[in-house]
Amino acid sequence: MSEQSLSEHSISTTSYYLVFLALMVGTALTTWIAYLDLGWLNTPVALGIACTKAMLVVLYFMHVKHGTKLTKIVAVSGIFWLLLLLGFTMADILTRGWLGFPGK
Amino acid sequence: MITAPVTVPEREHYLNASYGLKSWLLTKDHKRIALLYLATITFFFFLGGLFAVMIRLELLTPQGDMVQSETYNKLFTMHGVNMVFFFLLPAIPATLGNFLVPLMIGARDLAFPKLNLASWYIFTIGGLFTLYALLSGGVDTGWTFYTPYSTTYSNSFVIATALGIFIAGFSSILTGLNFIVTIHRMRAPGLTWFRLPLFIWSHYAASLIMVLGTPVIAVTIVLLAAERAFHIGIFDPAIGGDPVLFQHLFWFYSHPAVYIMILPAMAVISELVAASARKRVYGYEFVAYASVAIAVFGFLVWGHHMFVSGQSVYAGLVFSVLSYLVAVPSAVKVFNWTATLHKGSIALETPMLYTFGFIGLFTIGGMTGLFVAALGLDVHVHDTYFVVAHFHYIMVGGTIMAYLGGLHFWWPKITGRMYPEILAKLSALVVFIGFNLTFFPQFILGYLGMPRRYHAYPDEFQVLNVMSTAGASILAVGYLLPMCYFIWSLRYGKIAPDNPWGAVGLEWQTLSPPPVENFDEIPIVTHEAYDYVSLPNGSVTPKKEANVR
Ligand code: HEM
Ligand SMILES: [Cu+2]
Repeated sequence: MSEQSLSEHSISTTSYYLVFLALMVGTALTTWIAYLDLGWLNTPVALGIACTKAMLVVLYFMHVKHGTKLTKIVAVSGIFWLLLLLGFTMADILTRGWLGFPGK
Repeated sequence: MITAPVTVPEREHYLNASYGLKSWLLTKDHKRIALLYLATITFFFFLGGLFAVMIRLELLTPQGDMVQSETYNKLFTMHGVNMVFFFLLPAIPATLGNFLVPLMIGARDLAFPKLNLASWYIFTIGGLFTLYALLSGGVDTGWTFYTPYSTTYSNSFVIATALGIFIAGFSSILTGLNFIVTIHRMRAPGLTWFRLPLFIWSHYAASLIMVLGTPVIAVTIVLLAAERAFHIGIFDPAIGGDPVLFQHLFWFYSHPAVYIMILPAMAVISELVAASARKRVYGYEFVAYASVAIAVFGFLVWGHHMFVSGQSVYAGLVFSVLSYLVAVPSAVKVFNWTATLHKGSIALETPMLYTFGFIGLFTIGGMTGLFVAALGLDVHVHDTYFVVAHFHYIMVGGTIMAYLGGLHFWWPKITGRMYPEILAKLSALVVFIGFNLTFFPQFILGYLGMPRRYHAYPDEFQVLNVMSTAGASILAVGYLLPMCYFIWSLRYGKIAPDNPWGAVGLEWQTLSPPPVENFDEIPIVTHEAYDYVSLPNGSVTPKKEANVR
C-alpha cells in the first residue's frame, strides 16, 4: 500500500467499464433528444447531460474522486472560475434589454 | 572605462559547468533556461520598440505623412502584440522568476525541469509564428483583435498572429503550473508559507492567473479562427453571433493578464524595498494576502473595458464598483512599501532608484485606473490617449522599471559580475525622465480628446505630441545603455561577492554565480523572511570559507 499513490487504489476495472457505459448511454441520449422538440427545455436538457458526462470523466477517469484534498480544491476552483466567466457574461446579456432606448 | 579583462579563478558554476550550443539548448537547469528566455524576450522587446519608434515618428506631425493609415494600423498592432504577449507577460516570471524561485525556496530546480525547457521552446515557436505573420504583411486589428473586424473585414494575417499567441499561451500555462507545484512541494525544511519571501507569494498569485486565465484566451482564439476560416457564427451578428461576446471572452483573460504583468513586478519591488531599507516589509502578511486578493478579484472586473461597447449599463455598474475594490489590495502594497522605508537605513544604489520610480509611476497609473473605471468619466476618455497613458504608466513605468531594477539587483548573482554603478544610476535617471516626458503629455492629449489609433490629428495637439516623441527618444537611450553596460560587465565588470547587498534571502547565501545544483547543502530555514534584526549582515548560516574565493 505504501508504494501506491493515493489516486491509484479503489477504482476497479469494473467501475471503469460502468462509467464508460454511462458515457455511451449519455451520448445516445443526447443524439435521441436532438430529434425531439422539448421547447424551452432543449438547451437545459442537452447541457445537463453534457455536464453529467463531464463530471463522470473528472471524478473517475481523472481520479479526482479519490484524489487528495488539494486536487479537489484545484478541480473545484476550475469549475468556479468557469462559473465566474459565464455568470458575469450573462449579467450583461440578460440585462441588456432593461434600459429602453428612445425610438427602439 | 575599458580595462583589462578580469579573470575569475576557476570554480565550477552553472555557466561554466558545460559549454557549447547543445549544453544550452538541451539544458534542464532553471538558471540557464532563465537566460534563454532573457535573450528571447530582449529580442522581442527591441522589435516592439522599433515599432514604437515608427509610431512616435509618424505622430511628430499632425499630417499622416510618414506611412499610410493601413501601415499605421499594422504598426500599433504589432507593437502591442509584441510587447504584451512576447515581452511583458513572460518578462519577469520567465527570467527573474525562473532563476530565483528555486533559489529563494532552497530547492535544486523547479519541480518539472523538462517542462520548463519545453515552455521556452513553445514560447519561441509561438514567437516565430507571429514573426512570420509580421514578415508576410502584418496584422492591423489592434492587439485586442476586436470582432467583427478581425473575423470578417480585416485582410491581414489575423490567424497566423493569433496562432502564435495561442501557442505562446501554453508556455505561460506551463510556467505557472511549474511555479505552483514547486512552491507547494519543494520548499526547504523550515520554510513555512509565512516565512516565504514576498517575491514567492506574488509569483504564486501570478501563476494562479496564468493557469486559470490563459486557457480562456486560447479558447477565444480558436473561436475567432473558426469564425474567420469556416464562418461558424459566434461573434458576427450576420450569422447569429454576438460581437460583444468576444470582448467578454477576451477581457476575461486580458484584464487578469495585466496582473500577470504587474504581480511579478510587485514581487521584485518587495525584495528591493526590504533589502535597500534593511527592514522587514511592513505588514508582511497583508502584502502576502494582497497578492492573492489581486489575483482573485482581478477576475471580476473585466467589464470595465466594455463600458461603451453596448454592454448593459447594469453590468457596467457592477464592473465599475468591483474595479474600485481591486484597487484596495494594490494600494495596500504601495502604502506598505512606503511604510517599510520609514526609518529604514536606505541604500540608494541603482535598484532602489528603479524602486522609487516604480512606486511613483505605478501610483499614478493605478490612480488613473480609477478615473477610467468611473462609468461616467470613461465615456469621455475611452479610446483616447488618456487610456494609453494609463496603461503605459503601469506597464512601462511599473513593470519595466521593476524588471530593470531586478536585473540590476540580481545581476551579480546571475553573472558573478557587478554592473558599473555610476553609469547605471545615470541611465535610471534617463529612463525616468524619458518615460515621464513620453507619457505624461498623453494624459493631457487624451483628456483634450485625442483618440488613440489614428495617424493624423488636429494641429493644436502638435506641441504635446512633439514632447512625447522627444521623450521616447530619451527613453530609448535609457534602455540601450543598460543593454550595453550589462554586456560590457560580463567581461570587464568587477567580480561580484556572493552577497553584495548584505541581503538575507536564501539566494544570497549561495555562491555567485550559483553552482549547478544551487546549494552545496540544502539550507534549513530558521528565520522569517527579511529578518534584518537578528541577521544584521545578511548571513543566515554561519559562513565557512564560502565568502573568500
Ligand atoms: C489599479 C487598478 C486598475 C484599474 C481600476 C484599471 C482600470 C482600467 C480601465 C477602466 C480601463 C479601460 C479604459 C478604457 O478603455 O476606456 C483600463 C485599461 C487598461 N488598463 Fe487598467 N486598471 C488598473 C490597473 C491596471 C494594471 C495593473 C495594468 C497593467 C499591468 C493595466 C493595464 C491596462 C491596459 C493594457 C488597458 C487598455 C487596454 C486596451 O484597451 O488596449 N491596468 N484600465
Ligand atoms: Cu482592466
